[in-house]
Amino acid sequence: MFLWIIQRDLLLAMRRRADVLTTLFFFIIVVSLFPLGVGPEMNMLRTMAPGVVWVAALLASMLSLGRMFSSDHADGTLEQMLLSPQSLSLLVLGKALAHWLVTGVPLVLMAPVLGIQYDLSTDALLVLTASLLLGTPVLSLIGAIGAALTLGLRGGGVLVSLLVLPLYIPVLIFGAGAVEASAAGLGAGAHMSLLGAFLLASLVLAPWTAAVSLRISME
Amino acid sequence: MAINWFKYSSPASFYSLAGKMIPFFSVAAAVLFVVGLYIGFFVAPTDFQQGEAYRIIFIHVPAAWLSMFLYVIMAMWSGIGLAFNTRLSSMVATAIAPTGAMFTFLALWTGALWGKPMWGTWWVWDARLTSELILLFLYIGFMSLQAAIDDPRRADKAGAMIALVGVVNVPIIYFSVKWWNTLHQGASVSLTQSPKMASTMLTGMLIMSLACWMYAIAVILIRTRAIILERERHTVWVGQLQEATQ
Repeated sequence: MFLWIIQRDLLLAMRRRADVLTTLFFFIIVVSLFPLGVGPEMNMLRTMAPGVVWVAALLASMLSLGRMFSSDHADGTLEQMLLSPQSLSLLVLGKALAHWLVTGVPLVLMAPVLGIQYDLSTDALLVLTASLLLGTPVLSLIGAIGAALTLGLRGGGVLVSLLVLPLYIPVLIFGAGAVEASAAGLGAGAHMSLLGAFLLASLVLAPWTAAVSLRISME
Repeated sequence: MAINWFKYSSPASFYSLAGKMIPFFSVAAAVLFVVGLYIGFFVAPTDFQQGEAYRIIFIHVPAAWLSMFLYVIMAMWSGIGLAFNTRLSSMVATAIAPTGAMFTFLALWTGALWGKPMWGTWWVWDARLTSELILLFLYIGFMSLQAAIDDPRRADKAGAMIALVGVVNVPIIYFSVKWWNTLHQGASVSLTQSPKMASTMLTGMLIMSLACWMYAIAVILIRTRAIILERERHTVWVGQLQEATQ
């Protein structure tokens, strides 16, 4: 059932490739805007890079949250999922993972290329990619809660940002901090461990919270 | 005789109880504010390091305390409302949010006023300041989520979820000065250690905190009464109320 959900969501995403690509191009455009805005000073760009890439990843991941449940809600699939005897938490976990595979993984793969635009060293690129790999699933998992709570509300898209972005802040701090710490020679181990801890905690708690929220929204 | 613990969990009986309690808490708040401000401005000595500017703590510290306490209380009532499906608990949680947001804003604002002469800057991206700012966002998120949902019961439950998710931030604010050794000074008042400030300053601060508590309780009760009236406007007992028919 869990794999079936992931497979189904991936299939749906492949049928609507434009949606996936829009998120990815949004990420690329936001990251490319900063050098144009602040000027092409390489030293400054190098220090800004982790933060810029992370903020762009946050926004890109958030923008696609609306799609996580809304199309299923519109065609009634979601009601069937709520009625099914399977654990709803597991279904939500599957949907969050599918969301990550569709939006998070392309960002992680694109990040080193964008890092090169910002003249990051090879080590920093590795740390940036690794921190995104650990952090982006957390974004999808926490985002599932926001998406579930704002399901079917007017102005849900803006509201979800207000709910979800404050909860994203710790991931942003430690994700971007990992790159800065490794650049400062402190090693990224501590930040990576914390990101890993966020991932494990949200893997356990977020699907359940989102499932409860879905039931509230669908009452 | 069995005591009916749940008598006041009915909006109708709570409405009249709250009406009787509001004058008490309002008067207490007014008296304590006057006493606390008098101590703060005239009795407490000038700080030898910080000069007169330290007097902002008489409002800054109580506001910061309340911003965190009120969030925890709001999350607690939200949780009770979610678990036991009690209408009143959710109404109280909804009533707490604007006051909590106001105190959070006040703490940030007075903190900025204090930071300018002390640190030479209005704002630093220090762990405690940042987490307090996140707390303000959480309050705003809670209020806007509830405002966006038309069905009050769904609004209560959805708000409760976001309040409970956000409650992880409160210990982070509280311990931030310990965990990250940043610019914001450590806690000035502790139960386990002797106070690090003059006793009149401490008294003034505690009285101001108490005044803020009384104010918060009074305002929350008034707001809860308003919410009760709004939501129960179709019931018989509201129809029979003197205030409502006038």
